[in-house]
Amino acid sequence: MDTVATYNDKVVRQFSIMVVVWGIVGMLVGVIIAAQLIWPVLNFDVSFLTYARLRPLHTNAVIFAFGGSALIGTSFYVVQRTCHIRLAFDKLAAFVFWGWQVVILLAAITLPLGITQSKEYAELEWPIDILIAVVWIAYAIVFFGTIAKRRIKHIYVANWFYGAFIITVAVLHIFNNLAIPVSLTKSYSLYSGVVDAMMQWWYGHNAVGFFLTAGFLGMMYYFVPKQAERPVYSYRLSVVHFWSLIAIYMWSGPHHLHYTSLPDWAQTLGMVFSIILLAPSWGGMINGIMTLSGAWHKLRSDPILKFMIVSLSFYGMSTFEGPMMSIKTVNALSHYTDWTIGHVHSGALGWVAMMTIGTIYSLLPRLYNKDGMYSTKLIDVHFWTSTIGVVLYAVALWVAGITQGLMWRAVNADGTLTYSFVESLKATYPYYGLRLVGGLLFFSGMLIMAYNVWKTISNKQPVPVAVLDPA
Amino acid sequence: MDIDLLRGILTAVIFFAFIGICVWAFSRRRKTDFEASAALPLEEDTYINNERENI
Repeated sequence: MDTVATYNDKVVRQFSIMVVVWGIVGMLVGVIIAAQLIWPVLNFDVSFLTYARLRPLHTNAVIFAFGGSALIGTSFYVVQRTCHIRLAFDKLAAFVFWGWQVVILLAAITLPLGITQSKEYAELEWPIDILIAVVWIAYAIVFFGTIAKRRIKHIYVANWFYGAFIITVAVLHIFNNLAIPVSLTKSYSLYSGVVDAMMQWWYGHNAVGFFLTAGFLGMMYYFVPKQAERPVYSYRLSVVHFWSLIAIYMWSGPHHLHYTSLPDWAQTLGMVFSIILLAPSWGGMINGIMTLSGAWHKLRSDPILKFMIVSLSFYGMSTFEGPMMSIKTVNALSHYTDWTIGHVHSGALGWVAMMTIGTIYSLLPRLYNKDGMYSTKLIDVHFWTSTIGVVLYAVALWVAGITQGLMWRAVNADGTLTYSFVESLKATYPYYGLRLVGGLLFFSGMLIMAYNVWKTISNKQPVPVAVLDPA
Repeated sequence: MDIDLLRGILTAVIFFAFIGICVWAFSRRRKTDFEASAALPLEEDTYINNERENI
């Protein structure tokens, strides 16, 4: 009997399930800390339930556990399908999955214990950092190993984005986390002072640029055409905007350090590159949305496409907002206020999470040989809870942020401050309530998703998929 | 060489590289290759039917 070559979909299935699990965990922690901002008593005077310890747990869980699982899983799916070849190194791919889950568990243990490098989005201490580096290099070997033995001449654009994401995150992670360990749980950064700050935000902003943008654009370039059943609007545009995006993003980090001791020219450089970044960002947004041109009627019946198109709209919106906020004079108002948090969430919930959710809804039935999810109606309900949730969230923090910024900068005729800090906090209170409602809505959408996923895949035995012939 | 001259040259190189990428991407010769690539996500999976395999 002939044995037919099949795709390695097991690792994709594993990652896809964990996307839902970590999404729920990460967003639940987000809801808890949002509530703590209103009712501080909710930390129950327990050290590992305090805001300071749960906040990094929330960011790490949603970015690296939820987002990371989505990116690694879908990249393994996309690279096999677009290269017409089985994933390279099955065992190494399995190691990537289990290694990544161990990293997440270690984060979930150490962060509440207060073990941290105190670098935003790079809190994890050095032993975990080394494990991340090892897992990530294994990931790179599997991904590029598959590309290397591809049976399609051209490398599809989604793989370019995934590839850039993998290489850049490796470089960022390794260099930002260079440190001198003094014990198993404590290390000191190799950098100090303003150099440390610049390294941190070179890392931090490129984590946004390559983890939360390039990676998810890779996802977008495969799953939006797939779901819309139409080729991408302009393949040429995808090539041009890929190279522009990766060339420009690298320089935008300094906009996190406006009006600090970072040299003025570096701040201006960061601002200028951030503004230029609007062009390649919108290149991707237009390319994604226009893929639906001629098929707009599908939006009426397909809530998965609704997720994707609203996601791209949020991508366009937050990549307009970002360059605007990087302008020094705007930043003077927005920085250190909740506007920044609102901006991040319209990117992270609006763009990243909604693209991920749409993609999982599109991908999961294929992985289990089903025609679709258990309930399209529930996807629609999820779509509306998510959309209303993220809009409430973003609007609440826009108003809160601008209120804070204006109150902090207000001065009396004699030069003294008009408002004390606590007055601005009081003014923020109602918006924190609105934000909690938005977050709760988004979170409850994830529970609906979990139910739908459960009903789709339980009692369902996956069927292997044959590798396509070379083109 | 003066570092500022080097920076200027680098800027020019990157600028022309960008023009080059645009010309390459929009050249007519790329059209058929790009169309073939753009069709890749639209391919459907072929499931291997376990029962039939045993025949």
